[in-house]
Amino acid sequence: MAVEPDLKIELGKQGVFVTTVNELYNWGRKNSVWPMQFGLACCAIEMIATTMARYDLARFGAEVFRPSPRQADLMIISGTVTKKMAPQVVRLYNQMAEPRYVIAMGACAISGGPFKQGYNVLKGIDRYIPVDVHIPGCPPRPEALIHAFMTLQAKIETQPLTGEDRPRHLNADAMSEFPIPTQGAHDLEPPSNSLVWPLPAPASAGECG
Amino acid sequence: MASNPYFPIAILFFAALGFGLAPLGLAWAWARLVSPAKPNAVKNAIYECGLESKGDAWVQFRSAYYLYAIIFLIFDVEAIFLLPFAVAFTGLGVGACVTMLVFVLLLAEGLAWAWAKGVLTWA
Repeated sequence: MAVEPDLKIELGKQGVFVTTVNELYNWGRKNSVWPMQFGLACCAIEMIATTMARYDLARFGAEVFRPSPRQADLMIISGTVTKKMAPQVVRLYNQMAEPRYVIAMGACAISGGPFKQGYNVLKGIDRYIPVDVHIPGCPPRPEALIHAFMTLQAKIETQPLTGEDRPRHLNADAMSEFPIPTQGAHDLEPPSNSLVWPLPAPASAGECG
Repeated sequence: MASNPYFPIAILFFAALGFGLAPLGLAWAWARLVSPAKPNAVKNAIYECGLESKGDAWVQFRSAYYLYAIIFLIFDVEAIFLLPFAVAFTGLGVGACVTMLVFVLLLAEGLAWAWAKGVLTWA
């Protein structure tokens, strides 16, 4: 950090505002996340409610739901991902603009939820694509989605522009195309993407609010 | 030059051209200079609804649709021409009435043809 936080506050009291390119860049990024207009199941109804006047996702700069993956950088997996739909979800994720983020909304999207025993239900979308924020709930209320969105914003805000944790679009080596599963005889082939699944153990407990 | 009566139109023409080209140029420059390009084969595919693209985008429509075009023309064009004819009817001579009659009969012939061909019977 180029400027000490204390010094920044002290300067702010004197009417001098300082910032860094990193902060300015991430401030712009976190307030202009464009989600993809993409609903899978009943959670999508809550997602729609979140964008409407009562909950008003526009306050966070994310009201522009794009009907094309080319113009979107946030995918909200809102609902049950069936094995029939999973290849399409991964393909749409591959087509999204960088840097792209994923919110897995609801019990189904994160684990299969109440349909986990179903032969046709994917047991969590993070078997194929990296998920940034998981929200439990069946369905999660709009407040929960807004909380997930704010969590994502906090994540974007703290991403450094250099180093190991830099966002994907600044990392030339970051994987761009995720393998799209195909329908096998009994299950999707492959049943999970070994590059993102199983998830690594959480680095520090109590970080995700 | 400035006294030419067409001079303002030329100015407007170039202003309109700039109005259209400037956003395109800015978008192009923005995409070239700033936007992070991370293409892959799936991202560059033409179809963007999650499904794989199959076949060509250049498809031919069935020529049978010309029937709809003919029926549409009969009623639509007829209505468009009949309305001013009816408005100006009292002031028209015999020649105009005969011309209109020929026109209507030509279209009626098209309708009779479609009828005889069985287009009007819904399956």
